[in-house]
Amino acid sequence: MAFAPINKNYHDFFVVRDKDACINCQVCVRQCSYGVHYWDEARQCVRHDNTKCIGCHRCEAYCPTQALLIQEKPSNFKPNALWRPVFIKNVYKQADSGGVLLAGMGSPVDIPVYWDKLLLDASQVTNPSIDPLREPMELRTYLGSKPTRLEFETTPEGPRLKTPTKPNIKLNIPIMFSAMSFGSINFNLHVAMARAATEVGTYYNTGEGGLHESLYKYGPNTIVQVASGRFGVHSDYLNAGAAIEIKIGQGAKPGIGGHLPGEKINAMVSETRMVPLGSDAISPAPHHDIYSIEDLHQLIYALKEASDYKKPVSVKIAAVHNVAAIASGVVRAGADIVAIDGMRGGTGAAPAMIRDNVGIPIELALASVDQRLRDEGIRNDASVVVAGGTRCSADVIKAIALGADAVYIATAALLAVGCTLCARCYTGKCPWGIATNDPYLAKRQNPDIAAKKMANLMKAWAHEIEEMLGGMGLNSIESLRGNRDKLRAVGLSQSEMDILGVKPAGR
Amino acid sequence: MKKIYPNKAVCIGCHLCEVACVTAHSKSKDIILAHNVEKAQEGLAPRRNVAQEGPVCVALSCRHCEEPMCVAACISGALTKNPETGRCEYNEEQCVGCWSCLMACPFGSIRRHPVKEKIIKCDLCAGRDMPACVEACPNAGLIYEDRGKD
Repeated sequence: MAFAPINKNYHDFFVVRDKDACINCQVCVRQCSYGVHYWDEARQCVRHDNTKCIGCHRCEAYCPTQALLIQEKPSNFKPNALWRPVFIKNVYKQADSGGVLLAGMGSPVDIPVYWDKLLLDASQVTNPSIDPLREPMELRTYLGSKPTRLEFETTPEGPRLKTPTKPNIKLNIPIMFSAMSFGSINFNLHVAMARAATEVGTYYNTGEGGLHESLYKYGPNTIVQVASGRFGVHSDYLNAGAAIEIKIGQGAKPGIGGHLPGEKINAMVSETRMVPLGSDAISPAPHHDIYSIEDLHQLIYALKEASDYKKPVSVKIAAVHNVAAIASGVVRAGADIVAIDGMRGGTGAAPAMIRDNVGIPIELALASVDQRLRDEGIRNDASVVVAGGTRCSADVIKAIALGADAVYIATAALLAVGCTLCARCYTGKCPWGIATNDPYLAKRQNPDIAAKKMANLMKAWAHEIEEMLGGMGLNSIESLRGNRDKLRAVGLSQSEMDILGVKPAGR
Repeated sequence: MKKIYPNKAVCIGCHLCEVACVTAHSKSKDIILAHNVEKAQEGLAPRRNVAQEGPVCVALSCRHCEEPMCVAACISGALTKNPETGRCEYNEEQCVGCWSCLMACPFGSIRRHPVKEKIIKCDLCAGRDMPACVEACPNAGLIYEDRGKD
């Protein structure tokens, strides 16, 4: 503590230890991977160094006597509406380091959350609501290109479908686990996601780090991703999953690539990613073979060719200003699914300036993409999946009413297994054993427990979606899809309501 | 018989099992009094101990062997194998503190009492349905189940 740079004292959190309750068991010492708690040999008791605390609450959660409380340190700067403490501290940090400010998880900045401004409808008197516990309720969703119209022919055996159909994937609930690469999160959580997705009948996305061979058995519930680094991409990989996703952009960091530091590349990650042990795995900002929609078309068809036209190909883009036009191009390039990732989406590491300032909220992006694809008559050609900042089942159902076919969740899935959004994923020291490949920390995620929790979350949200659908008098998620009449806005400007395609509440 | 099986793949080395053990075997059954008073006054100590080497941890204690070496070695009859429950039971009053069992146990699961000329050893939490350590483990690193004979 002494002899530390002055700025260190402007730390964000402090530890309150109830000395009467502390039993000096040192559980906190062992749980903290940032070295906040330590055994003081001279005083023969556990003490702590507040300057190192990053606010993950691991010690608080594990303290057997509830003797610990982690609190935000009240700012000691003079109040200033422009120079808020975060900006002041950032300047100090950069003056010390000369480096880019790194951040993890989704953006915490105060931009409007449109989910909170949208309200759902319910049936009263004139149309009956449905009790999902007594009547069937359909959440099944198919993702992929759908024919615009169906043609039949009569044969001696009865009518036969003449229209050729394209491959679709079947979801029991319209929620999937979003891409989190093996490497950025550890193997235990990949196992957990794979098992949870299999249990509830949905999909998890491998992210760009390849797929370990031992997980091929979960292939029917796996979406394999191909990103700009092409880590772990080979023929078996492409055919191991049920669908293939080309990652063009990520909501948390549109326009830039990724960098998995060499320290996180252990033997298993190295083998899966097909990169040398301990070497940095760098994903370039663009795909070096994609500089136009035509190039994207080539990659989509190369992947379809490689998978024998048996798997839908998804293209994931970040929600940026011209997202509607881009999505239209993506669909015309042959994508069967367009995944849009909003600016509140999470990340293992991103420059803070990019995470907090680039992109647009997913609600606006979704509404404008859905509308654009409808206007152009190509909405049936691709499914729309949205990601980035889905916090609860009500957000899911609002997204579907705005036009999404399904929703990707990732931050919520990590919260389910203990994440507290301390946002230091990039350090590789995640005390919850999530964003770390350190064997001592990674085993904090027991795959059996994690799979159960992730599956529970999915099931709980599915129940709530059924309740809300029933309340609206709908017995199928398909009846809600793009049904913006079931939404009303509060506190939004006319132009925001125009983009969202919803009426103000009361009208 | 039901025994406690540690799983080193998911043992995170938090030592909460030891905390639970101490509390369950204290007079007060109060976690704070057990650690802050009884530990110092009466030498209360955990019967389960976490061993760690590098990133690997595992919480070890008496395995209640089918053919316990400690029982064979005990000179005073303090250690017995209960034929009904299968537990290796310890009667402190009969123990003379000769440490024969410590030497005989191939797993190092028996320890000296910190202050008395006695031993301490896991009793599978006699009187509890679920051993305290198993209940306290936050990561299912200890499993209490019947796996048949070892």
